[in-house]
Amino acid sequence: MGNHVLRLENLTMQFGGVVAVNDLSLHIDEGEIVALIGPNGAGKTTAFNMITGVYAPTNGAIYFHDEMIVSNHPQGKMRQNYQGSHPEKFPQVLVKTPDQITKLGVARTFQNIRLFKSLSVFENVLIAKHMHSHANVFSATFRLNAREERQQRQETMELLRILGLENLKDEVASSLPYGQQRRLEIARALATQPTLLLLDEPAAGMNPQETDELTAFIRQIQKDFHLTVFIIEHHMDLVMEISNRIYVLDFGQTIAQGTPEEIQNNPRVVEAYLGVPEDAED
Amino acid sequence: MMMKKSMRILLSGFLVLLVAVFLLMVEQDKAQNGMLLSVLEKGVILAVVAVAMNLLNGFTGLFSLGQAGFMAIGAYTTAILLIPVDAVDSVYYMNGINPGIKAFKTLLESAPGAVQMAYPYLALIVGGLMGALFAALIGIPVLRLKSDYLAVATLGFSEIIRAILSSPQMDTITNGSYGLNKIPGFSSILITFIIAGVCIGLMALLIRSTYGRAFKAIREDEIAAEAMGINLFRHKELSFVVSSFFTAIAGGMLAMFMRSIEAKTFSITLTYDILLIVVIGGLGSITGSVIGALLVTASKEWWLRFFDTPLSIGGISIPLFRPGFRMVVFSVLLMVVVLFYRRGLMGDREFSWDGLYGLIKRLIKRQRPSKGGAA
Repeated sequence: MGNHVLRLENLTMQFGGVVAVNDLSLHIDEGEIVALIGPNGAGKTTAFNMITGVYAPTNGAIYFHDEMIVSNHPQGKMRQNYQGSHPEKFPQVLVKTPDQITKLGVARTFQNIRLFKSLSVFENVLIAKHMHSHANVFSATFRLNAREERQQRQETMELLRILGLENLKDEVASSLPYGQQRRLEIARALATQPTLLLLDEPAAGMNPQETDELTAFIRQIQKDFHLTVFIIEHHMDLVMEISNRIYVLDFGQTIAQGTPEEIQNNPRVVEAYLGVPEDAED
Repeated sequence: MMMKKSMRILLSGFLVLLVAVFLLMVEQDKAQNGMLLSVLEKGVILAVVAVAMNLLNGFTGLFSLGQAGFMAIGAYTTAILLIPVDAVDSVYYMNGINPGIKAFKTLLESAPGAVQMAYPYLALIVGGLMGALFAALIGIPVLRLKSDYLAVATLGFSEIIRAILSSPQMDTITNGSYGLNKIPGFSSILITFIIAGVCIGLMALLIRSTYGRAFKAIREDEIAAEAMGINLFRHKELSFVVSSFFTAIAGGMLAMFMRSIEAKTFSITLTYDILLIVVIGGLGSITGSVIGALLVTASKEWWLRFFDTPLSIGGISIPLFRPGFRMVVFSVLLMVVVLFYRRGLMGDREFSWDGLYGLIKRLIKRQRPSKGGAA
């Protein structure tokens, strides 16, 4: 078993007749940057949604620091289909809600940016500190937590300074340029003090220069905040440059895994991305 | 340019003093200022409900229409507790009062003087707690619903409460469809203002605390809020319970203001009136709700009264001016606001001394060049 930060075991997610993720197993070690790639609709975001508790998987289990956080949860008709598979392995039905998983130290960003649009940059990050607050409604209303509040505000300022968002702190989130919105979303995720950061297509819609900046940025925060990073991305330059290992997903199944060099030369990956040449089919 | 904090506190203190002096002066001549007094008192009570509704609809993003129901719970609880023992038999002349309640009230009457003094306030708080209890129970199934479904469910709940309160089975407690009267009120309008101020102040403090930020996060994006470690259900329930607590307290205050209540008072139209106030004031603005409450109450009860009285110009009577026309004007007003001024009076901004200072400065600046042009 070892001390993997994250381990997925035989994870399957079936929506009606569509198997979005099929028997996915992978592991991520401490301090690694691991990428999950694959064509559109391969089930990458579904995998993220299962890890963060948004979806309950039909079968399989997810361990975070060797603690089970999510386990099989077949519903309706699926119950009969999956009851039989690995019953000895996954006897428990367990799904933590997304907020509980965030509290354990898993933070994420979203494919289509989900900022608190009409709030300021500062408030966006400060909200992430709420879950660390010890105040209850009464102590918060009567300002008995003033010391904690002040400390949270200081930490937020500090974080904004490190990430270079300091002079945008009073801007409304939706008014930021696209690249800064992405950066703010990462800042907000970091404010929850995670050990594992899940990035869902952070470079989507960015030009090559912005992508380069982002690559450096991810590497920087990985080092500064002692993070383990799990990233979904389509920009191959970024993926090949920063990841230690890569998993390739196609039609919900892992078709390859390995270092960037191994993946680049893997014929099955090329096939999944480019299709099979017609003359090779015979 | 920001003002010093001490300056802002000084200005706010001065404003409070000004309001208090104004109220005392108005109250000197009750007969002359009867309309003004009742508009002010009702306005400030509705302001509490409006801010409570804003906490839920404007800040947490939960579209609830159950306000009238929670007001009814608070009003009836407070009223039953407050009706003096001597008056009980004449109030419940048809069906008699539940002996348990009467025994309890008689027991309270023999309590020491200090308790007697605090009793009206305690009755209001008990009413509020009753509202909060019902909100906590109803919230468990209802808060899983989204947007319009939540509105329909809470609206239904409010109607159920009204039906139960006026049902014959409740005769010995709520006096059924006869309603309750002889409810003692506060001796001075100042007390109503102080209670309302405390309620609104508490809600404002909550909204500006870490919990208020979590509420706003839920309003902005539920999925992202959850990913930030905010427990959706717990925070929605909290917002719902707090909002209902203050709504029920305001219901109790309304009962004390009106001196007599019946179930019909708390029908859907009451919720709509409050919704109108919140929308006119601006969703997401506390000061907007307060200003909206005073404005709407004043126009409805006072300034726009002439729409309801027959009017004739030059001997020809205008056919539209008859009882009820005021409500038509009001509905049109709501439509106009929703169509053209969707953000209401204040939008989601709040009143601040700095804002006022800036506004005055801008007005002066705008005037100067025009003066120069004229010369």
